[in-house]
Amino acid sequence: MILSIQQVVKRYADHTALAGVSLEIPKGQIFGLLGPNGAGKTSLIRIINQITAPDEGQVLFDGELLQPKHVEQIGYLPEERGLYKKMKVGDQLMYLAQLKGLSKAEAQSRLKDWFIRLDIKDWWYKPVDDLSKGMQQKTQFIATVVHEPKLLILDEPFSGFDPINANMLKDEILGLKERGTTILFSTHRMESVEELCDSIALINHSQVVLTGEKEEVRNRFKQHAFEVSYSGELEESKAFDIISITPEKNKAVIKLTEPNQTNKAIAALIKQVDLFEFKEVIPSFNDIFIQVVAETK
Amino acid sequence: MNKILLVIQREYLTRIQKKSFWVASLLGPILITAIYAVPIWLATQDKEVKRIEILDESGLFQMSDLVDKEVEFKLVKKPVSDLKSSFTKEGYAAFVHLPKDLLTHSKDIKIYSEKNLSLPLKSSIERVIEKKVRAILMKDAGIASEVYEKTQIEVSSETITVSEKGDETSSSSGGAMILAGVMGMLLYVTLLLYGSQVMNGVIEEKSSRIIEVIISSIKPYQLMLGKILGVGMVGLTQFLLWIVLTIGLSQVASKFYSANPMQQKVEQIKKGDPEVAKKIEDASPMAEVTKVIESTNIPLMVGGFLFYFLFGYLLYSSLFAAIGSAVESAAEAQQFTFIVMLPIILAFIMAQFTLQDPDSPMAFWASMIPFTSPINMMVRLPYGVPMWELATSMILLVVGFLGCSWISARIYRVGILMYGKKITVKEMAKWLFYKG
Repeated sequence: MILSIQQVVKRYADHTALAGVSLEIPKGQIFGLLGPNGAGKTSLIRIINQITAPDEGQVLFDGELLQPKHVEQIGYLPEERGLYKKMKVGDQLMYLAQLKGLSKAEAQSRLKDWFIRLDIKDWWYKPVDDLSKGMQQKTQFIATVVHEPKLLILDEPFSGFDPINANMLKDEILGLKERGTTILFSTHRMESVEELCDSIALINHSQVVLTGEKEEVRNRFKQHAFEVSYSGELEESKAFDIISITPEKNKAVIKLTEPNQTNKAIAALIKQVDLFEFKEVIPSFNDIFIQVVAETK
Repeated sequence: MNKILLVIQREYLTRIQKKSFWVASLLGPILITAIYAVPIWLATQDKEVKRIEILDESGLFQMSDLVDKEVEFKLVKKPVSDLKSSFTKEGYAAFVHLPKDLLTHSKDIKIYSEKNLSLPLKSSIERVIEKKVRAILMKDAGIASEVYEKTQIEVSSETITVSEKGDETSSSSGGAMILAGVMGMLLYVTLLLYGSQVMNGVIEEKSSRIIEVIISSIKPYQLMLGKILGVGMVGLTQFLLWIVLTIGLSQVASKFYSANPMQQKVEQIKKGDPEVAKKIEDASPMAEVTKVIESTNIPLMVGGFLFYFLFGYLLYSSLFAAIGSAVESAAEAQQFTFIVMLPIILAFIMAQFTLQDPDSPMAFWASMIPFTSPINMMVRLPYGVPMWELATSMILLVVGFLGCSWISARIYRVGILMYGKKITVKEMAKWLFYKG
């Protein structure tokens, strides 16, 4: 486990942001931290970044109690992000890289590599004010990863990115994962969860309400429902219920009466109709998100 | 520690790379030099001799009575109406009408001029007339003119401070007052200037939203401390530039001044007669400056100034930083900056009284209380302050700084992450007691 969050409580004057949150984040994964606005995601991220301290509970980083030296192994891209407007891009990144513990020489050589890689060599002496928003986002991303952190925390990384830059970012994230970086990824955008995450945790009302590997979570939310297309007359049977049907298209969604008795259902179906297609309905994370948030109100 | 140095470096370099820093660094010395060089320059300019006609109906004056360095008089006998129309044409600046009964009606003198008469010219004319009238009145009263001359003495004193050991130093009250005023003023301006620079720096980080990235790398108090120290070093650099440039410019200005023909004349006279030379020396404005420099404990002044600037600045700038952290824009900050500016302004007002009476109880307390002590102690210092008072004031200022920075750091760490909330003083007070 790169990160082990144990019974963390964080209270503010007028509300409790985290009420005993526990999470295990395995090494080398892309871990999705989901939850509606105000659920406590940012509070948790700030505790991991040691911007604030928990009132109760503890956080272990790579097996050690979280302490100041760990900031050099964490990269953080906050949701609300900015740069010093009047500073030159190069100077700014040098500053941020050195704050993360890189030596001057090391920072310089790594930044040069990044500038070549992202094809922005001629930005070094430009003031940030002169950059477009997309360019600023690239700069911020470099600042987040230049010290090659073990853990990368991205809070809504895609917000405000155009499709080209979003793709670039996605490729970089996947590349970092391949090189062994763990990525904690906080987002609302379920399509990026489906696409990128290995595991997820859903936080609602200051508590973890759902956690696990992506496929396993999906299985948990399976309705044992199947989409079928056929010809003939379809009627309900002992093996399945019909959830919805569009007779003119010869399509229906059925639900097994007993879980995992798929063959029984198929047997019942082929007695009634010619079966063309039989496909399990996989719940989307969007559905899961909405369902769980509604249930835990 | 290393990281605080990085912050200091950034704050320092980005500021001294700004044009405004160099403009202020250059303009300051030019202004200071101009303030004392221009009056000296004006004083050395050859003055144009004014010509004045006098219509003396009293008949008391002869040409020998009418002698003045700057005015050339001419006695005339023409009707007033003629003079009125002719004096300008003939190149006179004015004409004076002395009434018949001048001795009894000495206030009925009339001076006619085309333009408004300058004050020095008016007093030159009056002086000449007064001298003659007084002499006549004295004579009438039976006082010999020699007696009168003898009684025309000028009193002038030399002030000497005596230390407990009995060492004497010739001092200059006027000079001490000027020095005190200048140092008090300088502290007032710089405390406000650099304090608000710190505040604006904090607001910039908060409003540009870079703050969250920075404090994921370093602790908020490290960032605050680095910023305050970095800006403070910019202030010290500016002082250094001001001192070096002012000395340089003064050298240039004094070269120019001694090349002046009148100054050369004075030099010649000095060579001729040592006694006269000493008198001239004593009367010149440079003598006063030299006297101040001789009678002032320069290391104490410089050391005191640096100490009070540094700790006064640290105290106030930490409070400015706390305010900057609580708001989202400079406009929003205004309502709170008043709270911090009030003691500075108060200290400055108190300093005006301290300047008049540096040993009054008010001056004493003003130079002890940390918020007012930087300006007020600097104002008292040129007059001489007992060591124990200086030491107590310094210790109290350091304690005050530690207290203020503790309060500020607690407000700061909460404030920088607070967005979209209308902040009140009460709210800030609550932040003091928030945990981690």
